Parts: sequence; structure tokens; C-alpha cells
Amino acid sequence: MNSIATYNFAYLDEQTKRMIRRAILKAIAVPGYQVPFASREMPMPYGWGTGGVQVTAAIIGPTDVLKVIDQGADDTTNAVSIRAFFAKVANVAVTTHTADATIIQTRHRIPEKTLREGQVLVYQVPIPEPLRFLEPRETETRKMHALEEYGLMHVKLYEDIARHGRIATTYAYPVKVEGRYVMDPSPTPKFDNPKMHMSEALQLFGAGREKRIYAVPPHTEVVSLDFEDHPFEIQHFEEPCALCGATGVYLDEVILDDHGGHMFVCSDTDNCEERRAHGHRGVLAGHALEAAE
Amino acid sequence: MTQPLLRVHRLSKSYGARMGCADVSFELWPGEVLAIVGESGSGKTTLLNCLSTRLEPSSGLAEYRMRDAVWRNLYDLSEAERRFLMRTDWGFVHQNPADGLRMTVSAGANVGERMMAVGSRHYGTIRSTAIEWLGRVEIAEDRIDDEPRSFSGGMRQRLQIARNLVTHPRLVFMDEPTGGLDVSVQARLLDLIRGLVADLGLSAIIVTHDLAVARLLSHRMMVMKGGHVIEQGLTDRVLDDPREPYTQLLVSSILQV
Amino acid sequence: MGRIPGVKVMTPLLSVHDVAKSFTMHLRDGIVLPVVEGVGFEVHPGECVVLGGPSGAGKSSLLKMIYGNYGVDAGSIVLRHHGQPVDLATADPRTVLDLRRDTIGYVSQFLRTVPRVSTLDVVAEPLVDRGTGRELAQGRARELLARLNLPERLWSLPPATFSGGEQQRVNIARGFITAHPVLLLDEPTASLDATNRAVVVEMIAEKKRSGVALLGIFHDEEVRAEVADRIVDVTAFAPRRAA
Repeated sequence: MNSIATYNFAYLDEQTKRMIRRAILKAIAVPGYQVPFASREMPMPYGWGTGGVQVTAAIIGPTDVLKVIDQGADDTTNAVSIRAFFAKVANVAVTTHTADATIIQTRHRIPEKTLREGQVLVYQVPIPEPLRFLEPRETETRKMHALEEYGLMHVKLYEDIARHGRIATTYAYPVKVEGRYVMDPSPTPKFDNPKMHMSEALQLFGAGREKRIYAVPPHTEVVSLDFEDHPFEIQHFEEPCALCGATGVYLDEVILDDHGGHMFVCSDTDNCEERRAHGHRGVLAGHALEAAE
Repeated sequence: MTQPLLRVHRLSKSYGARMGCADVSFELWPGEVLAIVGESGSGKTTLLNCLSTRLEPSSGLAEYRMRDAVWRNLYDLSEAERRFLMRTDWGFVHQNPADGLRMTVSAGANVGERMMAVGSRHYGTIRSTAIEWLGRVEIAEDRIDDEPRSFSGGMRQRLQIARNLVTHPRLVFMDEPTGGLDVSVQARLLDLIRGLVADLGLSAIIVTHDLAVARLLSHRMMVMKGGHVIEQGLTDRVLDDPREPYTQLLVSSILQV
Repeated sequence: MGRIPGVKVMTPLLSVHDVAKSFTMHLRDGIVLPVVEGVGFEVHPGECVVLGGPSGAGKSSLLKMIYGNYGVDAGSIVLRHHGQPVDLATADPRTVLDLRRDTIGYVSQFLRTVPRVSTLDVVAEPLVDRGTGRELAQGRARELLARLNLPERLWSLPPATFSGGEQQRVNIARGFITAHPVLLLDEPTASLDATNRAVVVEMIAEKKRSGVALLGIFHDEEVRAEVADRIVDVTAFAPRRAA
């Protein structure tokens, strides 16, 4: 207990947490708007989720239950480290079960299980500015947001269709929030974009290096940008999850051996495990999992 | 009765003690092409930048007849209105095409950007309009997906013109549109601009130090020196019967081929 | 207009009154070169007035003043424009352009060519500018070029590389294609052979019959004798103080 006594609850000092909470409140008040905040140095490198960690630290309370995922998995290095970090500095309960969590910090995925009222999804964001691809000047992109000049977003989509015959953007696919701000949903696959729309959960986005926080409050309209003749579409997978047999979920390709063997499995490990616990079986259930390990 | 498109009244811009342009007044009518000539430092570029609202003048006003026929002082417009004007009813052709193009997106997207900026959301329409405009500026359709980085100087300039004209602006500003191009390329570009301006009934304000450009493109010209307009009038009269010593010097300095 | 040939109508189409012009050469210590002064004459519908006098008397300069290409120091140049008198000497640039579009045509000595524009379009342009459809205008251009014996293979080429006589004919076609009520001619036959000179003389006669007021410079005495109704001697307007 002595070792953590040197830290304030949830690592950040109270003044910093207040500052971040003010930014979060503003972000919730103006859905999709990127609120600048005084991002702190965290005990991890940029790119490992410093923005998300600060947001989580600012909102977490002693009774919260935290889940952390990276690419949908609870057991990857980043997820394990951040979970351990908060277990240590905030002494909160942690879980891998989506349904049990009050706060879910994520990189790259939104859980398959529909989030409900009272849950908070915290995204780790590398580049918050959706217009950055074509406009490097921050002064200019801010002005474009202020004046709702979003033609440039469609230039990007136009380029996709011109080069690939379809909108080839598969992640960080731009959305318009509540009919006003265009927002980068962080590098989540566009498969997850529809889950953001009218979600019951509060969605918070933290970019540590870029010092920006933005939010999608519950029951907010989130529309993916598209063309009339090239409407937004999510990815479809040919086969079900090899382990749990789930369809309509996001799958990762797993290499099994050096001879070209591979399988597609759920990206959301919790969802996959829960399905298997309920007796769902995919074609490679059992032996393939062992082979992968 | 027709009305002017732009009324400029006693426009001045000073940089501290240094005078950019001083006390400029004129009217520009629909379909009229005005050339502003003078040497470097004469104030012609400062004037162009003030007129195109890229610079705020120190005094004076410029009134523009908007598409809804309401006269507005350009310097009273909100930034949103100004920027909207610039990407719809106005065009600006820079001397260096790289300043007016997005060099890292395709030619088609460069032309289509203004359409998308005003709400066009049909890919097929945007693309066919882009093809049409590339054709009008003599760029082959099969270059539509190439980036302007791979274009020659003349092609880039033609692309910049197409990008500006796609929203059918009523007023186009041009800053030395043929500067830095080979003579043969210049001739082609001038002819193209001349044709487009006439066909579309555009009004244009062209800044140039090249009197041949002024003669070929403009109806009327203003000669600037030291920030002041020292002589103005019908282009061929100013060039063939110049009154001011400085204008006579300019005209006599043209090399005859 | 339906004017009866040979009958002078009271209102002239062009009346020049007390016009004076000099050039101030600022690059040569500001010396003043007087050109003409006290110029006054009228041109009525259906007549061809020829400016006479030796080279350097200011004939060409006078035509340029009447076309608005040169400014004048004093006097008035009144044209009947859409039925109203308009003083070109004091008119603003837009009015001058308006006059040129609808009232006053000019066949200059030299053709100012635009790169890449075909001969047919060069000739058709004044009609297109006045709102005639391109097809119709090109049809008229073809008729005129054929009449002036310009080989058809040249029609699609820009006239920049043509010979002097060919350019001259392009210029004449361009000047004659419209129905301007006033037409200024600066030596239109200078570099033409006898056949084409005759064509031009015939075309001038047609313009007169249709009530056009023509004012021209013709050095060729034969041509002058055929077209001129009156000769205005420009030496009469020589400045008193010789340069």
C-alpha cells in the first residue's frame, strides 16, 4: 500500500483532472468538436494511449469497473498494461466482460455487444483532425470546422473512388456528428461506425500528443460521409468466426502455421469467449486455438 | 438597365509609412476585363489582394453586387460570407499554379473540389463535370486521375483555371497568369483565357507587367506607378496613344518582333 | 434602312467638329507634335468620303481618333448610336466599346492576329460578338472569303502566317461582315491585285446602297475615283504652327 500512497487517486492530481473534466464537459456540450486540453506527460509513450488514459483517469471513480481492449482483445500488451495501471493507481475493479464494465477504454474497436446507458467508451486517438489528410495548416482546419467547410472530406472520398472504384477507406472513416462537426472516429474500422450512431453509451475521445478531447454524447446522430451513387457500406466477411461461428461481427485473420494455414476469428475476444461458453462452435474450435498458440 | 459588378471607391493600403496602393477608384462591369499594369512595386499586386479581400485596405471601400443583386461592401462581409464568395462567385488564378492547386490530389478532384464544397454529393456528376472542364482547358480525359505534380507548367495553369471556373464565377482575379511560362505555352494559354472569358461572359481583373497580355485580354487598363493609378482607359487607346510619361516609357520598352 | 441612293439625309451619321490632336513626346523632352486642328466634316448615310492629302498629313491618325483608338485634345466626334447622338471624343471606355460593337466598324491597314484562332473565326467574330449564332456567322464569313478569292484551304488556319494581300482580305472580310452604319477604311486595297481591288470597290458600292456612311483613305487613284463621293483634304487641318 505504501508504494501507491505516493500517487494521487488515478495517478493525475485533482487540478489536472478538473481541467480535463472541463474539457470533457465542453466536448459533450458541442458534439464532435475538438476541445484543446493541457495534455500531461504520462508514464507511457505517445501512441500507447496517453490521451485515452488521461480521459479515463479524469472520469474514473472508486466504484467503476474498467475494461481495456486493444484491437478488440483484452489480452494484448497495451490492454493488459493500461488495465494493470488503473488497478494499481486507482485500485478499481477490472473486467474483460463488456456487460460488466462501466468504463471501456479502447483502441481500434467498439465491442460487438451493444453498449447501454451508463457505460462510457473512451477512445485512444492518434490524429484527431479528419481534415489533416489534405490540409496541413491547423489554423486553416480550425477555420474550416468553424465555418462548416467540409468539401475537402469528400475530396478524399472522391480520390478513393477514382483510384479504387469504390470508397476504399476502411478505418478512421469520417463521420458527421449531430449534423454539424465532421469527426475522425479514431482508427476504428468503418465496420464499427454504425455502432456510434444513437448509442446509449457516452463516447469520449482523447488524443494525448495532439492535446484534443472530443465526445459523442448518448443518443447522438453519427452519419458516415458518402456519395449518393457510392453510399457508405461496412465490410462483410465471407465466413463466420472459426472459433465461435459468429456472423455479422468483425473478424481478424490469424496465421496458423508456415504453410499458408489461417483462420478468421472474432476480433472481440470477450464476445467470442462468451459465445463459446454458451456452446457456440466454429469449424476450427478447439484444436485450431491450440495450434494458434 | 445593367449595373456594374464591382464599385471601388478611394481604396488605399499602406504598410506603415510605405504606400501599397493609394486612392484607387473604378467600376467593373459584367463581362468586362480590366488589366492592371505596372512594374514590380507599383502596387498592382497590393491592389489585387485588396480587391480579392486577401488583404484589408487601410481606407476606402469596394462594393460588390452579390448573386442576389444586393450590394455589399466587401470589407463588411463576415469571414464565412467572404470565403463562400471566393469559392463560388469568384475565382483566383495565381501566377504559380502550386499556390492555387492541391498538388497531392488528382486533377479530377482539383476540379471537383469546389463542387463538393457547395454540396455536390454525386460522384458520377462530379466526375463528368470534371471531364467536361478538363476538355474545355484542353487537358486530355485520360489525365483526370493524375496528380498535377506530373503536369507541365502550362497544363497546371490550365487546370487551375478549370478548378476556378467550375462553379461559374462571375468575377475572376488573375495574378500574372502567364508569368513563368514559355512563350509558345503563353500564347496558347492567353488564347484559351480569351475564349473562356468571352464565352462565359466573365468579368476579370488581370494583374500583369506584360502589355501584350493586357492588349490581348483586356477591354480596359489601368497603369500603376508608386501605388497610384496614373493613367486608365480603353486598352488600345492607352497602348496606342499613351499620355503619361511613364506609360510612354512602358509602351516604348516593348520589344518589337 | 431603305435609303434612296444619292439622296442626302439631313442627319449625318458622323459629324466631326473642331477636332484637334497633338502628341506630347515625354521621352523626347516633352516636345509636342501637333497633328491636326480645326477638323470638321460630316458623313451622311450612303456616301463615301475619302480623306485626301499627302503622307504624314494625319489621315490615319484621324481615322484612329474617329474609332476612339487615339484620344483627341479638343472638339467633338458625334456618331448616331441607336438613333441618339453620342460624342465619342468624351465617351467613357464602355461607350466606345459599345459604339464599336454596334455603330462603327474599322478596316485597319494591318491585321492584328490572335494565335490559334482560325481565319473563319477571325472573320466571324464581330458578328458573334453582336449575338449572331456561330454557324450563321461562319456561313457569312465563308461567303465573304470566297468572294474575296481567299483559297478555301486557308480558312481553317490562323492568318498570322499569310501574305500581306491575304491578311488584307481577311481584314476586309472581318470589317465588312457586320452591318455597322459607319465604316472606316484605312487603305483597304493597298496590297491587293486588280481582281480583288474590283471586288472591294463593288463591296463598298453595296455598303453605300444599303445606307452605310463610309470614311476612307485610298492612295490608289483609280479606286478613289470609283468610290469617293467627296474628298476631304486633310492638309486644310494642318496645324498653323508647323512641327
